[in-house]
Amino acid sequence: MLSKKNKEILLGPISKNNPVIVQVLGICSALAVTAKLEPAFVMALSVTVVTAFANVIISMLRNTIPNSIRIIVQLVVVAALVIVVDQILKAYAYEVSKQLSVFVGLIITNCILMGRLEAFALGNGPWESFLDGIGNGLGYGLILVIVAFFRELFGSGTLFGIQVIPQFMYDFGYENNGLMILPPMALITVACVIWVHRLRNKDLQEK
Amino acid sequence: MNKQSNTYTIIYASVMVIVVAAVLAFTALTLKPVQQNNIEVDKKSQILNSVKISSTAKDAAELYRKYITESFVVNAKGQKTDGDAFTIDVALQSKLPVAERKLPVFVCTLDNGEKKYILPMYGAGLWGPIWGYVSVDADGNTIYGAYFSHQGETPGLGAEIATTHFSGQYVGKHLFVNGQFKSVAVEKAGQTPSNGAEYVDAISGGTITSKGVQSMMLDCVEPYQDFLKTLK
Repeated sequence: MLSKKNKEILLGPISKNNPVIVQVLGICSALAVTAKLEPAFVMALSVTVVTAFANVIISMLRNTIPNSIRIIVQLVVVAALVIVVDQILKAYAYEVSKQLSVFVGLIITNCILMGRLEAFALGNGPWESFLDGIGNGLGYGLILVIVAFFRELFGSGTLFGIQVIPQFMYDFGYENNGLMILPPMALITVACVIWVHRLRNKDLQEK
Repeated sequence: MNKQSNTYTIIYASVMVIVVAAVLAFTALTLKPVQQNNIEVDKKSQILNSVKISSTAKDAAELYRKYITESFVVNAKGQKTDGDAFTIDVALQSKLPVAERKLPVFVCTLDNGEKKYILPMYGAGLWGPIWGYVSVDADGNTIYGAYFSHQGETPGLGAEIATTHFSGQYVGKHLFVNGQFKSVAVEKAGQTPSNGAEYVDAISGGTITSKGVQSMMLDCVEPYQDFLKTLK
């Protein structure tokens, strides 16, 4: 089930081969939905589910797909899965789906998805593809949650909507940093994560 | 079988599209009632918000049943007409000429027996639609509470209209000044409306959204003025 190679497929994207901070894919939504932890968490979950199942479906179909409409087939599969996820969120997590609004639909254009389908699912079996999808989804989600943690903490003083910065800090003149809520700070936070990641993994640094 | 032939490609694409369409249609149809219910509960929660009753998705429907004792539709002359207040699309109505509009009114009876009249509003912000509910005391003049929401105003700037910090300013303002309908203006600090209306402070950096709230309230509450006069 989990051979050494499969473990590498699953865990590689979480650190050494992270889709967001190493391959710099899926940045758009990473900037947009990370102002609060809750939507970031749901987005991470949605992308993981979509990547995993799109990978499995494409992997199972890989020997039947005509080469000339390969990308179209991938898009249809991804789009269908995204719509299903969007409908489920609207039905069972209405508040969160209101916050995520268009970004669930925009999972379709998330480069991580098409990247994994083209690079992995078309050439590997369903089980490996499933692991690869979960791994990449988690790698993406991890960065989202890290960024959202800092943005929500310093931008709103809350975590998952619960006040964590005590009132006496505000009485002493502490202010929430409104800039953290705006997209530019997401970019800077992502950059800081990349910086720390590269410091810890010397082999990622360019000569 | 040649997988690169045109026939194979066309058949493959057709079958795929039909299968996917069936799956999506099935999902949409099965989840539709739950989604519709969510939208209704959300609307009820917004209506309750305008009379300062906070509710969650769980208890909104129950609180709505308890507090919103009556709802009806009036026309621009203040007479009751046919229609179900809850299902009227305010967005659609706000685009019609005033005389043709169907104006929903929700009546809330508070624990102390006071009646509040809740009027829906719909307008345009900077990036997209904004909407809200304003509740008026039984004198048809004093604002009891207000609730605003938006689709995609800038967080920290225009989006601040959804906070109680902004909407709370409306409490106690008067829609009529000396018997004339003036609505409530939104003004920069230090400025006053030229027509003598009462006003609240705009949001710094959110001028267009703030002005959107002002014109939304003027546009959507003004048709109620005859109705509000009958309340006195």
